[in-house]
Amino acid sequence: MAELPNMKMNKNEMPTQDPKVRAHNFEEVALGYDEAVAIDEAKRCLNCVNMPCVSGCPVKVRIPEFIAKIKEGDFEGAYQVISETSSLPAVCGRVCPQETQCESKCVRGIKGEPVGIGRLERFVADFHNAHDGKKEKVPKSNGHKVAVVGSGPSGLTCAGDLARKGYKVTVFEALHKAGGVLVYGIPEFRLPKSIVQKEIDKLESMGVKIETNIVIGKTLTIDELFESGFEAVFVGSGAGLPRFMGIKGEGLNGVYSANEFLTRANLMKSYKTDATTPVMKGGKVAVVGGGNVAMDAARTALRLGAEKVYIVYRRSMEELPARKEEVEHAIEEGVEFKLLNNPVEVLGYNNPNDKRDPKNGFVRAIRCIKMELGEPDEQGRRRPVEVQGSEFELEVDSVIMSIGTSPNPLIKATTRGLDTNKWGGIIVEENTGKTSKEGVYAGGDAVTGAATVISAMGAGKVAADAIDKYLTSK
Amino acid sequence: MFEILEKRFLNDTVCEMQINAPLVAKKAEPGQFIILRTDEDGERIPLTIAGFDRKKGTVKIIFQVVGSTTEILKHKNVGDCLQDFVGPLGNATETEGVKNVCVVGGGVGCAIAMPVAEKFAKDKANVTSVIGFRNKDLVILEDEFKKASKELVVMTDDGSYGRQGNVCVPLEEMLASGKKFDKIFAIGPLIMMKFVVETAKKYNVPCMVSMNPIMIDGTGMCGGCRLSVDGQMKFACVDGPDFDGYKVDFDEMMSRNRMYADFERHKYEETCNLYKKEVK
Repeated sequence: MAELPNMKMNKNEMPTQDPKVRAHNFEEVALGYDEAVAIDEAKRCLNCVNMPCVSGCPVKVRIPEFIAKIKEGDFEGAYQVISETSSLPAVCGRVCPQETQCESKCVRGIKGEPVGIGRLERFVADFHNAHDGKKEKVPKSNGHKVAVVGSGPSGLTCAGDLARKGYKVTVFEALHKAGGVLVYGIPEFRLPKSIVQKEIDKLESMGVKIETNIVIGKTLTIDELFESGFEAVFVGSGAGLPRFMGIKGEGLNGVYSANEFLTRANLMKSYKTDATTPVMKGGKVAVVGGGNVAMDAARTALRLGAEKVYIVYRRSMEELPARKEEVEHAIEEGVEFKLLNNPVEVLGYNNPNDKRDPKNGFVRAIRCIKMELGEPDEQGRRRPVEVQGSEFELEVDSVIMSIGTSPNPLIKATTRGLDTNKWGGIIVEENTGKTSKEGVYAGGDAVTGAATVISAMGAGKVAADAIDKYLTSK
Repeated sequence: MFEILEKRFLNDTVCEMQINAPLVAKKAEPGQFIILRTDEDGERIPLTIAGFDRKKGTVKIIFQVVGSTTEILKHKNVGDCLQDFVGPLGNATETEGVKNVCVVGGGVGCAIAMPVAEKFAKDKANVTSVIGFRNKDLVILEDEFKKASKELVVMTDDGSYGRQGNVCVPLEEMLASGKKFDKIFAIGPLIMMKFVVETAKKYNVPCMVSMNPIMIDGTGMCGGCRLSVDGQMKFACVDGPDFDGYKVDFDEMMSRNRMYADFERHKYEETCNLYKKEVK
């Protein structure tokens, strides 16, 4: 007889660093389960026959199966189950919005909290990494070459899945470091860079080649990739140009896009005292927007020594698109939420008596207008409406615009026969990632505009399957 | 890694290097730029391509020592490697259809103006070049400009070489005397480009400028290199670096380029001190 399940209503809590301490360091916030807690949490799983959780997972991790291995104390076995379908378990365990995916389907969530699937996944991946588990199997080569453009979550997933099927995969990365948004965007305290590096090392040990400093669309074109012997190409070039609001003063010094601010802090390590790349530190900071990237930017600003960090968002807490956990962490750390407010102008210093005043041209405040929620729009979200005469100034030294991005323009501009939509996103068949150009597949933010790591991974996975079918039937 | 194959100083602070970068050389065109890092953990800096040899697979860069990274770069020698060297980025300068062009270069901006002048000459345009420097010791690339140009005017601020004055003086004289240009192409300090544009405007001659803002990725991701062109936000890395000078907000650009002045000064001093210690 199997042991009875653990019927505690709530998940085992995730131990975290004290908010007051962590608000001033870049160490990881969440500390992870230990073995006993992981087993206890695993026992909350009812091992449902129809596995509703799996249907909520974009990469279809066999969740009850890996959790059953944890119950038995076979953590490495659990890892092997996950790694059959996911290329980046340690990453997903940290940054997936499980509450809207696998965990949202968990039967235990009907009465009480769902099983902490994300926390268990993270535990298993960390266990594997810490114990330098089994060496990755080097799959037998089938001799076919596939190129992957971009080394972010969609590209790495696609590369990993294809490598497992025996393809010779080369990943081309424009920056000097592989990882895409996992290294330039998501901060160290949420996703340590060493973890991303380990996942990339694993792919390399499976035979995936990673070529940095190559901008597809500039250094090489997609047509040239085909000419040089690649038989299919996956485009996961990610988010491109940051959006700004189009209000006055966005050219002032101290106004950043979230992409720039986070790239400086993460990829270029400007949080370190001996950094070679500067970033504005301290003072008062307004982050405009309410997504996960906005939370990352706000919490990074805090850690860089800001005396005050505001999230300025035009809707209310209910509509805030960021993960609940991220919002809670931000509040605990001292980020102040200025909800139902929208900036209408960024104001700068301009000393009329001294043209050489070093403060000239720098941000001094933003002018905001209060908003209220009106009638629901087509998607059912209540539309924010300006409250006439409610404008006010919020004194700040820097402003971080975190209101989304549009897909990268370089590939579109240099690839004949690749159709894009009016926002510049590459048009693909949903179930295959197939584009209008023969042999070219795409996924992730390059297709959808800014979305999540796991949805990009799902797209990479779908495309890997489709590329395999395409090349085997050729 | 990208090996330094040749190195020479054009004057005390301006250095020219040939870098082994076959993939970049294969695609490079005048007006485009590269981004490099000298070392692991170094900063990413954009430099305009000063020349390329597709057969040898080399790209020429010319840089002035203005801060920490260029100071470090200056100390690299033939046989050393650069950590990263990516490109070619940005759009090539458009030279098609231009019959009479005036290329105006200021200071180290001449390193960028020179391949542009050569490209115009190759495309059968009559090239008039005006290049300006602070003084005689800083004059660079005079012979190269001579070769590419039908007429060359060298200016120095203090009159120690060529004519005295800034580049706008001869430009204005030529325009006033009825010399016809289809296009003026100005590359140099922002303040110089601003005044060249004003001069060009007086005579209604189109004027292109090449912008060199602060940049990180150079591929259209970070948005740091934005500038206002005709009131619209543009990104120098993907929309430029060449823009219609009439429409560029130079004052905003000058202010933006000063954003990290304090940090840069401090870092530069720190780096210089490190090298001084090494010498002792």
